[in-house]
Amino acid sequence: MEIPFNVTARPDTGLYNAKVGVWLFLASEVMLFGGLFSGYLFMRLGAEPGYWPHGLLNVPVGTMNTFILIGSSVTVVLAWAALKMRQFTQYRIFMLITILCGITFLVVKLAYEYPQKFEHFGAFIKKDALPKYEKYLGNEYLAGKGLPERVEITGHLHNREALNDSNVKEYEVALDPINAEPTDPASDRPHFWPKPATEKMVTIEKEDVQYASVFAPRHSSYFAIYFTITGLHGLHVLGGVIVFIYYLLPVSTALYRQNPEHLANRVEVAGLFWHFVDLVWIFVFPLFYLL
Amino acid sequence: MEESHEPHAHHDHGKHLKLYLGIGGALFACTAITVWLSYVDFGSSRANFIVAMIVATIKAGLVGAIFMHLLSERWTIYRVLLLTGFFVLGLFLLTLLAFHNPISL
Repeated sequence: MEIPFNVTARPDTGLYNAKVGVWLFLASEVMLFGGLFSGYLFMRLGAEPGYWPHGLLNVPVGTMNTFILIGSSVTVVLAWAALKMRQFTQYRIFMLITILCGITFLVVKLAYEYPQKFEHFGAFIKKDALPKYEKYLGNEYLAGKGLPERVEITGHLHNREALNDSNVKEYEVALDPINAEPTDPASDRPHFWPKPATEKMVTIEKEDVQYASVFAPRHSSYFAIYFTITGLHGLHVLGGVIVFIYYLLPVSTALYRQNPEHLANRVEVAGLFWHFVDLVWIFVFPLFYLL
Repeated sequence: MEESHEPHAHHDHGKHLKLYLGIGGALFACTAITVWLSYVDFGSSRANFIVAMIVATIKAGLVGAIFMHLLSERWTIYRVLLLTGFFVLGLFLLTLLAFHNPISL
């Protein structure tokens, strides 16, 4: 069966059908991510002071991934333009770069950023036990400067069995610099370059802890929404990469030989999807990494 | 089909290549600016939030207008997007309304 209007424009819409289709799909995607972003806003605005973390993600790596994704948005539009100019070899090169960018983005996320979070530990201290850990929190110093108080001690957990074993009564933590030197003015605001945990060990009694976890979704509403949105975004990147790989297969070359405009239109609608994925990341990056 | 089947379009797209590269450069620059601005103290975290969202909106606008060709698109698509904008704004408004409860018990 011949599907109508996949190359020529339909008279009433002035567009080929796939373009109307992809925009309707993107409209539903806006609602999907819109719901998640409004959930982010709801939880962030509702968070008690000190309970919305800042500076826990790796900003240089996030920035690099942003550059990679923007770069791939440029190459996908160049791939489409090359097809429009009937430069098939150039089209294939740009498409390949786009795919490599998408894969690099995913590898950085899944093989580096997520595992690093699962290695990191945080313990929220009970309100009445805060003075006991004052030398790791520096709340008197912060109050003097008008900064929000700290309620969490973070670092590298040395006795990991403490997470599941109720017989272990304390957490042994190698402190992050922010808790090792809480009154150092350099710790007032997050840094661009992340600093590894120090050698300074502290023992936190479990009975002083309100809640403790590695940086997994269960750690806080911040990490819950971080993993939800970036996970869903990652699935979108994966979907885009799969479609782009299809566009480099012999079946697409055959389509090009038969009707180059048809392949150009396919690349255009997949490109629109890819730009949307880039667009979502443009908001994800500052909301989670920087603010 | 012949390679030079659309000579006119060929010329047009050649012109656009520089534009796409330029927009890519602008997006790179905006990303660097966002990162830099997030370490500048604007007085409150709310002010920093607003500044970062303004830059992100500019970036999103560039992607939409140039890469997604929304500067010169058909009305069919504008109509879809106007409705989407309306509903997504409603979504955010409802969320924010939750913090503005006029009925206090």
